[in-house]
Amino acid sequence: MSGKGRGLQAYAALYLLFLYAPIILLPLFAFNSGTIIAFPLQGFTTNWFAQMWANATLRTALTNSLLIAVSAAILATCLGIFAARASTRFEFPGKGGMMGFILLPMVLPEIIIAMSLLVVLLGAGVQLSILTVIVGHVLICMPYAIAILSTAFSSLDKSLEEAAYDLGETRWSAFRLVTLPLVMPGIISSLLISFTISLDEFIIAFFLAGNQPTLPTYIFSQLRFPKQIPMIMALGTVLVALSIVLLTLGEYFRRRGNARMGGNPTGGFL
Amino acid sequence: MTDDRKPMIECRGVHKHYGDYHALRGIDLTIRAGEFFSLLGPSGCGKTTLLRTIAGFEDISDGAILIDQKRMDEVPANKRPTNMVFQSYAIFPHLTVAQNVAFGLRRDPRSKAEKAALVDEALAMVGLRGFGNRAAHALSGGQRQRVALARALILKPKVLLLDEPLSALDRKMREQMQVELIKLQRQVGITFVLVTHDQEEALVMSDRIAVMFDGEIAQLDGPEALYARPANRRVADFIGVMNFLPARILGESDGAVTVEAPGLGVVELPARQVSRANPDDEGPTLGFRPETMTLVGANQTHSQPRETNATIDEVVYYGDMTYYDLRLDGAAGLDGRARPVRISMRNVFGRDVQEVGTRTRLAWSPGSLVLFR
Repeated sequence: MSGKGRGLQAYAALYLLFLYAPIILLPLFAFNSGTIIAFPLQGFTTNWFAQMWANATLRTALTNSLLIAVSAAILATCLGIFAARASTRFEFPGKGGMMGFILLPMVLPEIIIAMSLLVVLLGAGVQLSILTVIVGHVLICMPYAIAILSTAFSSLDKSLEEAAYDLGETRWSAFRLVTLPLVMPGIISSLLISFTISLDEFIIAFFLAGNQPTLPTYIFSQLRFPKQIPMIMALGTVLVALSIVLLTLGEYFRRRGNARMGGNPTGGFL
Repeated sequence: MTDDRKPMIECRGVHKHYGDYHALRGIDLTIRAGEFFSLLGPSGCGKTTLLRTIAGFEDISDGAILIDQKRMDEVPANKRPTNMVFQSYAIFPHLTVAQNVAFGLRRDPRSKAEKAALVDEALAMVGLRGFGNRAAHALSGGQRQRVALARALILKPKVLLLDEPLSALDRKMREQMQVELIKLQRQVGITFVLVTHDQEEALVMSDRIAVMFDGEIAQLDGPEALYARPANRRVADFIGVMNFLPARILGESDGAVTVEAPGLGVVELPARQVSRANPDDEGPTLGFRPETMTLVGANQTHSQPRETNATIDEVVYYGDMTYYDLRLDGAAGLDGRARPVRISMRNVFGRDVQEVGTRTRLAWSPGSLVLFR
């Protein structure tokens, strides 16, 4: 190995350290008995986790966030299925423009989406609640859902559905029996991505939730109190663990789907 | 060919428009029960569109399609007595072979055991006995093809539609499947309608062939008639290889035409050897197939009525065949250009392949010529 190669290795190691060291600090301090986030570490404790479970506001925030994320993921994915199927199967006037507008929130600054939604909702006299957050999150999850699902649909042979129809099934049962199982890995990916995006989304939740806390807004509000920080570290640890479990599950389903279909990846994200 | 079989598919003045594009321009066609019928033409000629209108995947803009003497206007694809083998085979990759074949039986009220017996029977028919539990995605191209056939035939359709079913196979496999398809068709007696751009495939397999160009049927005939008496120059060009020489018409009587072609001299052709030229042809042309003329060695004799001297320009050796590109003596006459003609000779044991530059004689008969005017 030349010196140049070793330099690149060191760069790669530093790069990974920079990316992941902060995340490793989360569990480190979550189990540290000291109340101040600083080295050296003191004793081992699970107090912060206990404190976290006992915190009623946090539980509300967690319930809200899960409710929002699950609803947004399901809604965005369902709408995404329609849009992705339409855009990959059919030609219709204005298709390009329509798809462009649906994908626009992906590049639009979120603060602008949040502000304009707030103006519209307040103007329409809608009460701000987790419902309005769900609406906002569906809007920003849709582009990702459609991007993933379009890949899944477009890699699917169009004549599969026709074959099922030709063999006596109805349009709907042909879709259910053939297309749906084949794009299922894409659907699961879309659900997971949308869920993750919604779960840690801050700006829209901050603007549109009214007085309801979500996890990110709650964490932000607690950062002002140094006493609460170890508990937030515990919460962060739980979230990281949850993300890893979710991603692993998603990848497992995707690989299983691929193996069943002869290794033709459709719309995975890892 | 017996013409008294009842009509199975009738197309009456079928038109199909896609926006401004006129894909089918008045197709009139009768396919008889039990026939192996091919729709042949270059890509974009409308053959697949016609097949898909018969299957019910596309609506027609005008005219009528009848299957087994019933109008199909209001009958959707899933209710028509037709089944289709797709170009991509469209095997459901998430199901096993047996599940694929049994797919069409889902709405069938028969018992599980009866259905399983039907599946076994269908798999045996296509030579896939014992493959039922395999995953469909693990099959080879030829095996997928067979599964697609079994899946379509298990429903005992009145018509089996095949959309370029062999185009994805390699040459050996394709030739093998051609023979198997013919056998299968005879065995089940179902009307087969095949779409192909491969003229050889159509000639090998079909009872009758409709040659299509630009959304119209240019000629509908049996393979031999199509090959020997093409209705126009375009068909002649598309089916097999044909040499074309510019010709001059000298006279006409009772339909028989006297023509002169450089290199071939003056010949009189009866009406059945006269066909239509393309609209953009510069003048009449004489055509002949490469295998209808024979190269004759220096001291060989032959029994053909006519003989022409020529020089060998190019030799292409194919193992069983050799193609010779020849310059006919006097062929540069009319337009100053010497057009090479292509002759094919079967390589027979004991006869040497002739070399480039050799002076040779070409033996032929006026009966093998076709005039396009």
